[in-house]
Amino acid sequence: MTTTTDFGPRTLDLDLAAETDRIVAMIRGYLTTHRRKGAVVALSGGIDSSVTAALCVAALGPGRVFGLHMPERASSPETISLSRSISDHFGFDSVVEDIATTLEAVGCYRRYDEAVRRVVPEYGEGWKSKIVLPSVVDDDALRLYSIVVEDPQGERSRHRLTIEAYLGIVAATNFKQRVRKMLEYHHADRLNYVTTGTPNRLEYDQGFFVKLGDGAADIKPIAHLYKTQVYALAEHLGVPEAVRTRPSTTDTYSLAQSQEEFYFSLPHHLMDLCLYGLNHDVPVDQVASATGLTAEQVERVYRDIEQKRRTTAYLHEPPVLVENVPEIHG
Amino acid sequence: MESQITQTLRAFITDNYLFGDRARLPADDASLLETGVIDSTGVLELIEFLESEYGFTVEDTETLPENLGSVAGLTRYVSAKQRQGAA
Repeated sequence: MTTTTDFGPRTLDLDLAAETDRIVAMIRGYLTTHRRKGAVVALSGGIDSSVTAALCVAALGPGRVFGLHMPERASSPETISLSRSISDHFGFDSVVEDIATTLEAVGCYRRYDEAVRRVVPEYGEGWKSKIVLPSVVDDDALRLYSIVVEDPQGERSRHRLTIEAYLGIVAATNFKQRVRKMLEYHHADRLNYVTTGTPNRLEYDQGFFVKLGDGAADIKPIAHLYKTQVYALAEHLGVPEAVRTRPSTTDTYSLAQSQEEFYFSLPHHLMDLCLYGLNHDVPVDQVASATGLTAEQVERVYRDIEQKRRTTAYLHEPPVLVENVPEIHG
Repeated sequence: MESQITQTLRAFITDNYLFGDRARLPADDASLLETGVIDSTGVLELIEFLESEYGFTVEDTETLPENLGSVAGLTRYVSAKQRQGAA
C-alpha cells in the first residue's frame, strides 16, 4: 500500500505481470469449479471489454474465448471495426449479432421516442438526443438529468427531464444491455462457457451498469481495478493502440455522449484519484493537489460518489429471501 | 404557516417514500439524501410535488441540498418561494 504522503497518479501503479497472473488464476479457478469450458466476451471496442478479452485469452487460450459484436442503431461507426480488431488481434472466434431488429421488436426505439416526447413533444424522425448531467465540481446543486436534443436542422436544445420521461428513457435504453446479455448467455449456454462482465472499479463502485444487463455475468475480472490500472494492463497485454486511445463513450444514445457527461463527474484519471482518496482516507488537500481541484471540489466529488453508492446499492443486491436456505447457501 | 408546510411535506415524504412508516421519517433537519430516504429519482418526484402542490417552478439554480435536502430546508424554501410569489 502506498503511503498517503506521496499520493498521486503513481499511487495506482500495479505489478502488471503479477496482477495478470492473479486474474488468470481466478478465471481458471472459476471455470474449473463450475465445469465450464471457456468464456464469452461481448466486445464494445472499448478498453474494458478489450482487456477482459485479453485476460480470458491469457487464462484459457484463444480457442476457448468467443467474442460477440453487437451493434445497434446508436452505435458509433468505429465501434465494430475496433471490436473486430480485438478478436483479430488476439485470435479468437467471434460473430456479429446486430441487435437493432430485436430492439425494434421489443419497442425499444419507439418507447424511447415516446419518453423523450414527454418533454420535447416535437421529437421524432430525424432527431437525435442524449441525456446529460451537470458538472459536479462547479457548484453544490443536486445533479438532475437533462436531455439534449438535436433537430433535423442541427439545432440543439436542453431540457430538464420529468420523472416519467427520465424513467421511460432509462427503461427503454436498458433494453440494449439486456438484449446483449441475453445473447451472451445464449452463446455461453451453447458452448458451455461462462459470461464475462467488463466493469472497471469506477463503474462497479458507482453502479454504472444495468441490473440483469451488463451487470449480469459469471465473472468480472477487472471490477477491482481502477480505470487507470485497466489502461496500464491494456498496454501490458498488447491491446491495440486504437482501442487504448479511444475516448470513453456510452455508445447508447444517438448523439455522441462521453461517460463524464452521462455519469461520472470527472475524467477517469481524476475520478480514480478521488475514489482512491476517499477509499483510503487520503487527506483532502493531498487529493486536491494531485488532481488540480480545490478542496471544496474534492468534497463535492466525494459527496457525489457517496450519493451514487446509495442510489445504486439496489443494483448490487441479489434477490432477497425471507429466510436463508441453508442447503443452498450454507 | 410554516408548520402547515412542514406537515404537508412530512406527509408526502412518509406516504411517497416510506410506505406510510412514520417511524422511518428522519428528523426535520436531517438529510433525506444521506439517510437514504430519497435518491436522484426521488428528488425529481419531490420537485414535481412542490411544483404541483404550491404552483411555483423549481429553477435549476434552486436545486440545492439546502433547499431540497431536508424537511426543514424544504419548509424554508417553500416559504421563501411563496413570499416571492406574493411580493
